[in-house]
Amino acid sequence: MSLQSPLARVRGLGSAKEGVHHWWSQRLTALALAPLSLWFIYSLVVVTGAEYATVVAWLANTLNAVLMLIFIISLYYHAALGVQVVIEDYIESEWQKIACLILVKFLALLAGLSAAIAVLKVYLGL
Amino acid sequence: MESVKRPLSPHLQIYKPQLTSILSITHRGTGVFLSLGALLLTCWLVGLATSEQTFNNLQQHTTAWYGQTLLTAFIFSIYFHLANGIRHLFWDAGLGLEISTAYKSGYATIAVSIILTTITLVLGCFV
Repeated sequence: MSLQSPLARVRGLGSAKEGVHHWWSQRLTALALAPLSLWFIYSLVVVTGAEYATVVAWLANTLNAVLMLIFIISLYYHAALGVQVVIEDYIESEWQKIACLILVKFLALLAGLSAAIAVLKVYLGL
Repeated sequence: MESVKRPLSPHLQIYKPQLTSILSITHRGTGVFLSLGALLLTCWLVGLATSEQTFNNLQQHTTAWYGQTLLTAFIFSIYFHLANGIRHLFWDAGLGLEISTAYKSGYATIAVSIILTTITLVLGCFV
């Protein structure tokens, strides 16, 4: 016998009220980041310590700019999801936990958008 | 209401460290560390978009010994988090959960991250 109502069971969202959304998003971004992070390390090797003009030319390449944008979006989404779980596990006080969770979300959005706009600015030569 | 002081179960200081638990906490550690690295990546990109002067000032730090050390730590963390993450994806699919397999994949994770980091550093010196 289940204590769940038929509606709750058919929705399948569980006690967290959001089902597997967090878990699934973390896996999807991980899947995207796997090849992207190898490209990123390759780029690091090529670009670290290079002249300004070389780096600008590298990011003005459409493929590099697109990959960098997808990398930044996946990276900050994945990082926010991961750090969220760490905060939920280790911070006991309820208001401190919520404050940290809000801070992490705001910071991820701020830093992610800043990086994306910076990439677009260099790519478009503005 | 005052909580009753109940006995606690054996915690970290009494628990024997095992490969599986060490890799698990290292996965978390590298994850948080790489999140901080993401912020540095943002700084670097914003610097690049700001001006040549700003970018050159930043490059002075990335090419300095502490910048290179930090970069090496980030590269190792990426490889480790990637390799161990793939291990987690297999577990999610229900594969490789036997203890002996989990240990083998654990040692493979360490080996792969060290080898790939070394290869990257060698390539970085010659490219």
